[in-house]
Amino acid sequence: MYFTWLIIAAILVAILCSFIGCFLILRKQALMADAISHTILLGIVLAFLVSSSLDGLPMLIGGSMAGVFTAALTEWIRHRGIKNDAAIGIVFTTLFAIAVVIISVKTSHVHIDVNHTIMGEMAFIPWELVSVFGLFEAPRAVVLLVIAAIVVFIICLGLYERWKVIMFDEQYARVIGINTSGYNYLFMLLLSLVAVAAFDAVGSILVIALLVTPAAAAYLWTNKLSVMLILSTIIGACSALIGLLLAWQWDTTMAGMIALVTGIIFTVSFVLNKFRRIA
Amino acid sequence: MLMLSNIHWVLLCTIALGALSGTVSALTYWKNQSLMSDALSHAVLPGVVISYMLSGIKQTTFMFIGAAISALLASYFITAITKHSKLKADTAMGIVLATFFSLGLVLLTVVNNMPNGQQSGISSFIYGQAATLLKQDMQLTIMLAIIVISLILFSLKQWRLFLFDPHYARLQGLNVNRFERLYLFIVVLTIVIGIKAVGIILMAALLIIPAAASKYWSTTLAQTIMLSSLIGASSSAIGTWISTQGHFIPTGPMIVIMASSMFTLSLISAKCKAWLSRINLKGLS
Repeated sequence: MYFTWLIIAAILVAILCSFIGCFLILRKQALMADAISHTILLGIVLAFLVSSSLDGLPMLIGGSMAGVFTAALTEWIRHRGIKNDAAIGIVFTTLFAIAVVIISVKTSHVHIDVNHTIMGEMAFIPWELVSVFGLFEAPRAVVLLVIAAIVVFIICLGLYERWKVIMFDEQYARVIGINTSGYNYLFMLLLSLVAVAAFDAVGSILVIALLVTPAAAAYLWTNKLSVMLILSTIIGACSALIGLLLAWQWDTTMAGMIALVTGIIFTVSFVLNKFRRIA
Repeated sequence: MLMLSNIHWVLLCTIALGALSGTVSALTYWKNQSLMSDALSHAVLPGVVISYMLSGIKQTTFMFIGAAISALLASYFITAITKHSKLKADTAMGIVLATFFSLGLVLLTVVNNMPNGQQSGISSFIYGQAATLLKQDMQLTIMLAIIVISLILFSLKQWRLFLFDPHYARLQGLNVNRFERLYLFIVVLTIVIGIKAVGIILMAALLIIPAAASKYWSTTLAQTIMLSSLIGASSSAIGTWISTQGHFIPTGPMIVIMASSMFTLSLISAKCKAWLSRINLKGLS
């Protein structure tokens, strides 16, 4: 059961991240993934200090709030005459630094430690079981991921046409009366939800890798959003599977290996596309 | 977290680093590459680990060469991806950052599984360990800081052209490509020097925040450079000092918090200044 749960968790993370990653890339906000996957640490730490537990729910709420706060603060600073990428950089490094200081000062004896935040502790996933409606037991990380996946798929696919208009022609979307800034914050909320659920399972580096790389690789092959979404989730899931197998083979970090495999798949797609265009 | 015996070295070292990265941050800000420094500072990890694997020792020179090579490769890949595909620069940075960094992590676990590789901790690369700075590190940092800052100040006119109008610069006969390489070299140099003190993630902060803070106070490039190196140096000094006052207060994050406090103060005072001048105007009319 141990390896099965690990594979299920990794593939869930991969599908979820690489699905929402398509929206992220097309909205030209790839670096918000970098920012949010660092700042949710602050939300998680604060949620821990308030609720003094590492339960799923306070963590999801704290992390998502931190993500939305990051987006809002970046926007606010940007309107005060600072360039966009500098604004992102200021906000996320500061919030991350605050989180690291709080962790070192306040919680030197708890489960959140700084290596965990980068690499995750995938090996521990199958051991933290919770019961689902009293029916059966599943790892906590998997339950969180399933909740996040349901929310994300309902909102993304339910409002599919709207997202498409906003992504490809924001001006037009505003003209026909779509509240683009409201949708922007909704998207940031979804992104943070995904990032928190995934972060707990796999750590921040794999979150960034899975949000950006499979979607970018898929984008190289197609111009159609629906095809890109399917292709990206397939690439994500394959990298998760291959990465896990390689990590077990060579006894190395699972999160790091999966991230590396996404990079390799991207490289292959990039080179093949180069040839395809020449041919 | 700091030992009292080496506190002066550490303080001098972080101040020099702050001044250096403040200066360089002015260049990255005006070149619209603030987050490039984040990508590059993540990308040095595989180079550092490989040079450690090859040499077997944690020697600063070897680590420096490895780090520089992998950062240069990363910046080459980012340019290549944006140039040869429809992907935007930020996506390319995200891909390169994540791939390089994860390669570094994989190699690092391989090193740690090797029989004599226990001493290379991950956290010391990622979060920095100011307390482990040696006297040689201090001398090296100060020397390089002086060289780089004076290099920039002496060729300020060329830098201004290069940053604000590269086309005109080329017309004026400036070798823009060479400046591009020099710029990249300076950024990589700063990152590599800083990683030991403040770590990979927070090094990016030192290459972004000082310039943004100084932007509210200055109008010319020279002013921006002076001011942001001052802001970098003073936030390093205050941050390091605070971290010596209590147990478990990490130096790197504290420096970053000080820098962004200065940014916040600058932002608020710029707001107040605008507000006051509006009141004055009303009073006059």
